[in-house]
Formats: sequence, structure tokens, C-alpha cells
Amino acid sequence: MKPGRKIEEKIFRGLMIFSTYFILAILAIIIYTIFHKGMKSLTWAMLTQIPKGGYYYGKEGGILNAILGSLYLAIGATCLAFLIGLPVALYMNVFLVRHKKVVAFIRFLLDLVWGIPSIVYGAFGFSMMIFFGLQTSLLAGILTVTMFIIPIMIRSMDEILRTVPTGLMEASYSLGSNKSETAFRIFTRQASSGIITAILLSFGRAIGDAASVLFTAGYTDNLPNSLLEPVATLPLSIFFQLSSPVPAVQDRAYASALVLTVIILVVSLFSRGLGKRYHNTKINF
Amino acid sequence: MGGKAMINTKKITIKNLNVFAGKTQILKDINIEIPENKITVIMGPSGCGKTTLLKCMNRLTDLYPELKVTGDIRINGNNILKAGEDIYELRQNMGLLSQRPYPLPMNIYNNVAYALKLRGIRKKREIQKMVVHYLQQATLWDEVKHRLREPASRLSIGQQQRLCLARGLAVDPGIILADEPTSALDPISSQYIEQKFVELKNDYTIVLVTHILRQAKRIADYVVFIYLGEVIEQGTVQEVFENPKMEKTKQYLSGTFN
Repeated sequence: MKPGRKIEEKIFRGLMIFSTYFILAILAIIIYTIFHKGMKSLTWAMLTQIPKGGYYYGKEGGILNAILGSLYLAIGATCLAFLIGLPVALYMNVFLVRHKKVVAFIRFLLDLVWGIPSIVYGAFGFSMMIFFGLQTSLLAGILTVTMFIIPIMIRSMDEILRTVPTGLMEASYSLGSNKSETAFRIFTRQASSGIITAILLSFGRAIGDAASVLFTAGYTDNLPNSLLEPVATLPLSIFFQLSSPVPAVQDRAYASALVLTVIILVVSLFSRGLGKRYHNTKINF
Repeated sequence: MGGKAMINTKKITIKNLNVFAGKTQILKDINIEIPENKITVIMGPSGCGKTTLLKCMNRLTDLYPELKVTGDIRINGNNILKAGEDIYELRQNMGLLSQRPYPLPMNIYNNVAYALKLRGIRKKREIQKMVVHYLQQATLWDEVKHRLREPASRLSIGQQQRLCLARGLAVDPGIILADEPTSALDPISSQYIEQKFVELKNDYTIVLVTHILRQAKRIADYVVFIYLGEVIEQGTVQEVFENPKMEKTKQYLSGTFN
């Protein structure tokens, strides 16, 4: 080997190692900050109570409204986006297999809408609400967030379904399966772990976004009793607490961020466990 | 299955089959008659159109928009290339064994049970019995009977190929299409498959694509030699191997092909 190539190898190796640790370090700092600042003010009351009068100026209460609100909203939107997204992704990869140009065009469109900032979805959702005479509510929030995460959901499932080998598709057809059997029994199973990742990714975006819910889900210190009432969300709750002039309330914002992070962590671990289990389908024998 | 009494019945008749991919012609004016309950071997060098020919027979060519297929493929008298044929039923009449095994993303048991369910068998007891039967048919039962719940992907590649055979037989086809089914396997697994084919030909019509001359010689009854998309020669294994008429066949068999 020429000495030049050895040096090249060393430089690139060094760069790769540096980048990896750099990213890990940033992640560690973020998590450390959240934990360090958040743990101080994280109390049981914070998790179990709704804000009482003057909460944002240092009085008592908690963020249960935002925790539950965010969960309702994100779960609702993720379910809805999954129900719409999975058929679309399967349609693109199983039914449209002969129409590669159409699929390429759909992918292009989805990538385009993926890139639209969430505040635009918020504004669009708001104008739709006015059109339909809907007020800021959980329902409006769910619908807007669904629109916002659908491209993410479809494209990430699509990327996994694309990797299903043609040979498996041929195997399925050669047994006499029709297209929907091939789609729902073979493709979804083969791509199950990737589909779960797609759901998780969408859930993460849904629960973490503030801009799309600002005008649509609104904000309230109370728990919603129906789909038509406004609902609080963790990102907005963090925002309002951080905007408080009282340092103690600002610290609570970090505690709220901690809660949000832990929710995402738990959901992530849970879905991974589910993905592993998926293959052990039951038989009656 | 039926109809194994008549030796010279033609199961599949291919007439004037042409396949184009864009402007290149992959198969040129193919005329073949495939006898029932025999092993017909389609041989030829790589890239000569053997696989495409096989895929025409169960219309997997439909999956590739760039392929244009014209001509006549008659199975039991029906032209299967005609639009409107029930393509799913047609494919159920043919088991396919591909170059690499593609087990379904399920456990071992369900790989076979899935095929049985497609066939319309719903009763659990019946399915159980038949899964055992077909796994035995593919000489796989003894190796997997303790691990039926494991994902099929954990089997070795030779076992996977036999599982694919069991699955293919489970839809109760009359025809088995095999596309170089031993090319990814070790010699012992290959031997299993070959032996199985010889046993199975009593009940099935087998079309085997291979580029392994010795394999063709060992198990073929009828041989079709294809080169660059054209049928050069076809006949019984004795005719083609011992007394080839065409110069190209002689060259191919003696390994002096260029």
C-alpha cells in the first residue's frame, strides 16, 4: 500500500470517529441539562395535578393537563395517520408495481409535503376550522397533526416496503395469493419492524410539535371532556413555563421537557419489544 | 392430480412465444411441448432467457411492466396469456421454486399452513395433518418437527428451499416450475431436491431450469436447449445428450462454447 493511502485511511477514520462522538456528546449534553434542571422541580404533584390559579407565576399545580393532552393528541393523530398511511404505502408498493413513474411522482409529492414547516399546517388547519365552523379543540388538533405526520408515516413505511425483495413477492403470487393478501399478509409482516419504526417516528413528531397545535388544539389549564374542547400540550406547556419571569417556573419547564423525553423513551422501548415479539406468531399445534 | 396414465400427454404447449424488453427481444419465437409427468429441463448459458420463459408460464411477467409477451401458452388447452384468465387460480396450479429460497415472513408451520389456507382449507385439524404431510413430502419434517414455531428465516438455506418446496406442493399444483433451485445450495441439499424431483414426477409435471449439465443429464426426461433467446434443440435426454443434431448443442455439451 502506498503511504498516501494509509494517511487517507487515518484521516477519514479520525473524521468518522470525531463526528460520531461529537453527535453523542451533544445528545448527552441535552439529556444531562434536561435531567439536571428537570429533576430538581419534578414532583409528584406536578405529574398528577392540573395548573392551579397563578401556576405560571410560581403557585401550585402541575402539568397533568399537558401530559394527558399531548398523549390524547399524539395517540389519536398517530392512529389516524397509520390507518390512512399503511394502505397508501402498500398501494404504492404492491398494487402500483407496474406503474413505477406514478409511484415516483407520489414519492416526490410526499417528500415535498414532508418539508413543509408545521406552522404552515397549523395555519392551514386553522383556516379549515374556520371553514367548518370548528373551534380550537382536541379534534381540530388531531386532524391537523394527522395531516402533518401523514407524509412522514407513509414515506418511512414506503422506504421499508421498498426493500421487500421481488423474489418474496413472486413467491407469494406463485402460491396464488392475490394482491391484497400479498400486501397485508406478506408485505406488512416482512416489514413489520420497519412499520413500527415508522409509527414511532410519527408519534415522536406528533407529540413534540408545538406550531401545528398552537392555533388548532389551543391551550387550557383543564382536562378535555370531549373531542370538541381545547386541549393543552407539553410543547406549549414548556413554552408558557419558560416564558414565565419566575425562575422556579422556568425550572418546571425543564421538568416538563423531562416528562416529554421519558414518554418518547418509553414508547420507543415498548414498540421495540413489540417488534421483536411480532415474529412469534401463534400456531395451534 | 390425476391423469398420470398417459405417458405422452402434453401438459404445456408453447407456440410462437415472443418476449420483448423495450426494444430487445429476450425470447424469439419459442415453440415447446412439455410432456405430462416428466421432468423437462430447460438448459442454456446464463442470460439466455430461461428464467423469463419460466416466468411466462405462471405470468409472473405481469409484475414487470417493461416486458411485452406475445404468443400462446396452453395449459390443459387454455391459453393462459389471454387476458381475463383467472391468474390467481392459474398460479395455484403451479408451484414455483426460485433460485434463492424466499420463505414467507412467518414461522415454519404457518409457511405451509398459509398455502393450505389459500387453497381454501379452513379446518384446523385438517391443516395440521396436511402440514405434517407436506413437510414429510419435502423430507423436512424430521428436522423441523421440534421447532415449528420458529421463524422460517432461521432455517439453513437448504432447509428453506425444502420448506419452499413443501409450501409449493401444499397448494396442490399440477406443475412444478423450478428456476435453478439448487444453485444456492450445498451438494447434499441439492441432492435432496434432485431426488425429490425424481419421486415427484409421478404426480407432477416438472419444468426445471438449470445451467448445470450434469444435473440435466441425471434427472431430465426431456431437454430443451436455449441459446440467446432461441430454442436450438429439444428432445428426449438421450437424443439431446447422446446424439445432438445442432452444432451449437454439441459445442455447449462439450464445453467448447464461445
